[in-house]
Amino acid sequence: MKHAFLAGLIALVPLSAEVTVIQNATIMSEGAKGTFKGTIVVENGKITAVGDNVMVPAGATVIDAAGQYVIPGIIDCHSHIAVDGGVNEGSVSVSSMVNIRDVINPEDIAIYRALAGGVTSANILHGSANAIGGQTLVLKMRWGQDAEGMIFQGATPGIKFALGENPKRAGNPQGGRGAAATNARYPATRMGVEDVIREAFNEAKQYKAEWDAYDAQVAKGEHPLPPRKDLKLEPLKEVLEGKRFVHAHCYRSDEILMLIRVADDYGFKIKTFQHVLEGYMVAKEIAAHGAGGSTFSDWWAYKMEAIDAIPYNAAVMTKKGVVSSLNSDDAELMRRLNTEAAKAMKYGGLTREEALALVTINPAKQLGVDNKVGSIEVGKDADIVIYDKDPLSNYAKVQKVWIDGNKYFDRDSDVSGRPLKELEKKKLTDKEKAAMPAPNGRRPQ
Amino acid sequence: MRNLLSALLVFCGCAAAADNVAIAIRNAKIVTVSGSVINKGTVVVRNGLIQDVGESVTIPGDAVVIDGEGLTVYPGLVDALSTWGMPGPAATGGTAARGGGRGAAAPGTTQTPAAAAPAAPPARGPEDRPSTTSWIKAADEIQTSDKRIESARSAGFTTAAVWPTRGFFAGQGSLIDLLTGEKAGEMVLVPSLGQYISLTRAGGGGGGMGGGFPSALMGAIAYVRQIYLDADHYQMVKAAYEKNPRGMQRPEYDRALEGVIESKRILLPANRWVEIDRMIHFAAELKQPAIYYGLREGFEDRSVKYLKDANATVLVSLKWPEKARDQDPEAEDPYRQMVLREKAPTTPAVLKKNGIKFALYSDGIDAPRDLQRAIKKAIDNGLSREDALRALTLSPAEIYGVQDRLGSIEKGKIANLVVTKGEIFDDRTKIEFVLVDGNKYIPAPEAAPAGRGGGGAATTPNSGVKK
Repeated sequence: MKHAFLAGLIALVPLSAEVTVIQNATIMSEGAKGTFKGTIVVENGKITAVGDNVMVPAGATVIDAAGQYVIPGIIDCHSHIAVDGGVNEGSVSVSSMVNIRDVINPEDIAIYRALAGGVTSANILHGSANAIGGQTLVLKMRWGQDAEGMIFQGATPGIKFALGENPKRAGNPQGGRGAAATNARYPATRMGVEDVIREAFNEAKQYKAEWDAYDAQVAKGEHPLPPRKDLKLEPLKEVLEGKRFVHAHCYRSDEILMLIRVADDYGFKIKTFQHVLEGYMVAKEIAAHGAGGSTFSDWWAYKMEAIDAIPYNAAVMTKKGVVSSLNSDDAELMRRLNTEAAKAMKYGGLTREEALALVTINPAKQLGVDNKVGSIEVGKDADIVIYDKDPLSNYAKVQKVWIDGNKYFDRDSDVSGRPLKELEKKKLTDKEKAAMPAPNGRRPQ
Repeated sequence: MRNLLSALLVFCGCAAAADNVAIAIRNAKIVTVSGSVINKGTVVVRNGLIQDVGESVTIPGDAVVIDGEGLTVYPGLVDALSTWGMPGPAATGGTAARGGGRGAAAPGTTQTPAAAAPAAPPARGPEDRPSTTSWIKAADEIQTSDKRIESARSAGFTTAAVWPTRGFFAGQGSLIDLLTGEKAGEMVLVPSLGQYISLTRAGGGGGGMGGGFPSALMGAIAYVRQIYLDADHYQMVKAAYEKNPRGMQRPEYDRALEGVIESKRILLPANRWVEIDRMIHFAAELKQPAIYYGLREGFEDRSVKYLKDANATVLVSLKWPEKARDQDPEAEDPYRQMVLREKAPTTPAVLKKNGIKFALYSDGIDAPRDLQRAIKKAIDNGLSREDALRALTLSPAEIYGVQDRLGSIEKGKIANLVVTKGEIFDDRTKIEFVLVDGNKYIPAPEAAPAGRGGGGAATTPNSGVKK
């Protein structure tokens, strides 16, 4: 049965055994070469050659990209698309038992739109209603695949944390302090948010100790009763073991420092600070912790804790040694992360390569997949985007997108396919209209 | 009205008492479902069972003989997933109650009808067993006075798999015969068919704000997963305790887990192909035999592929998606929605073609005319009449493992029959009478417009078996 399933999956995947060559393109990527004119060879879903003087294998499909630009697929480190049935399990302050993996919606049109904006991978996060939120995972935008086929295999799974206003407000419609006792959800203050995280890790440490003791007994050949498996504490145990990344929603510098202290106390690491609008104030401390910063280019002031922001945030963090990225947190903004990156050239004076890195190799590092994606280098996944113009320009349009060497977006076929879709829809509309009862005889009472 | 009703009840009781008298329907066309159609034959019924069937059958001397000239006899229809006879929303107390897991107080159970219990504090996690009544059995909840029982019978239904449907673990379904006025216990064929799981909160409430855990789909899935992990652990600890209680703390009794453990299969909701895929993976992970219900997008190639690969069994809702009533005629629906409306009724035909085991279910449709229309729509969309009949008789019997006693006209099976003038499922066909456990019911003429709420078509139990 398993075999039949696998065979089915393979049948759905476009064949990637063939060799694709992209020629004469302006290639922009992190790496020694920087920006240069050259050729990319894709074989079996991987990049097998890049350079200005590359042999074209016989029988390859050759794409002439003269005058066009090629960049590695864009990676969005903070997205909530492709999720069914709500992104927040907002009923509890620690919702680590829930997992985005269970509710992937591969037919969310936002996936296709993200593709059309050059995005090939995205970190799909639980919402920010809880101090400790749900488990997260990285998807590739393989439009047309089923849920399993969307998953970026080999990416380290994550968990969402959230600090500040959202977790202390969510679930408490009247505000924490005024809520009826039965419905109030602790916490109602920033102090409480810290306390919730500490308490959860106290529990998790104890839970881990129980399991470690059990595992030790089993290793000795004994047959003890296993402890109860707790889905809330399992992922926190994994955080303590370094097997799961923490992506922490935050704004203010004080809460960023608070979380670093908590992590140090319990012996785990924060992988990324998300939003992190005051990151520029504490960039040194973030860098010292080894965390990344995934922020917005110029999106702020939508609430009090997001007031003290500057458009130089990504550039300042980068210069202070924080691996930084720009994310969307939004299905619409997700389609134009290329121009979000470009803003860091104006505000902060990053080079083209540094700016592009904010949406390619840097988020790849933040998600632990920089050995697979994020740049156009030999051996990496063939996640490639062709733009008609300079990708850091407002005028650039995505022409083609490959993931694992399979073409998932082609502007030409999208445009040329539209009339047919219109026609199909019209047929159904006409049919329904014809089936409608005549309006006379039906009167409002 | 009340008096009249109780008078009828008494009357019916008498009818049932006359069990040992035989009924013979002769010279009728008999559609056995399990075998070939008998163009002119006889069915003999006694003690609620089919005593004999065939072209040349000896009619017992004491039998009441019904001339079946021009009539067709079918097995009684089975609703594969129903709430007929189940208490309405107001009558289920324990929906918001904590489930009685560890440490949880256990307020009103479902047995308290119409209990407007004070709102329980919102659940803080799986350990509070939110919206869980896994231990209740539909058989213990039957409301014999439910008008829908008569109404369904008027559409040819004699049996229903009825389920508690509110809550994440709503409870256990039961297979019942649609008798009127009998003691509820006499209606029950199978007391527990399995556990009904839904992934939405009972009563529709919820949401993130103060509704308690879980509020999102992923929370509901995590909850179900945790319950099965807990059930495994519970059984393990209980077994260890039974073996050697000395020196061991006794495990705490948890009725939510008891209910889950005693359920031999689960019903999982799956309409979209994404959900079908998701639920098939989920059932495999839980290691539970599952039946998937809904199947609006069962017609999709992917759905077919997933179901075939998993060798899955499904229940297809007869409530076909329709354009919203009173919609602005100028408003244009998304293409996707239009395709769904167009294709959903082809699902049964597609499943049949691909050899996927399925049955049909009423999904809240009660009025005989509406039921008939809904079934007809599947037929108009490619399902053969024979297959439609099978999906409402022998297939559900097989799905619930009672094909040895129900679902076709065979010697020794339960005497649930529908006798019609004309082909069943046709607009103009008249149902002459039905037999449920050998008791004869004649549908009352349908009230002019098929009324909402299903009260429109009452059946009057006639004198049953005439002496």
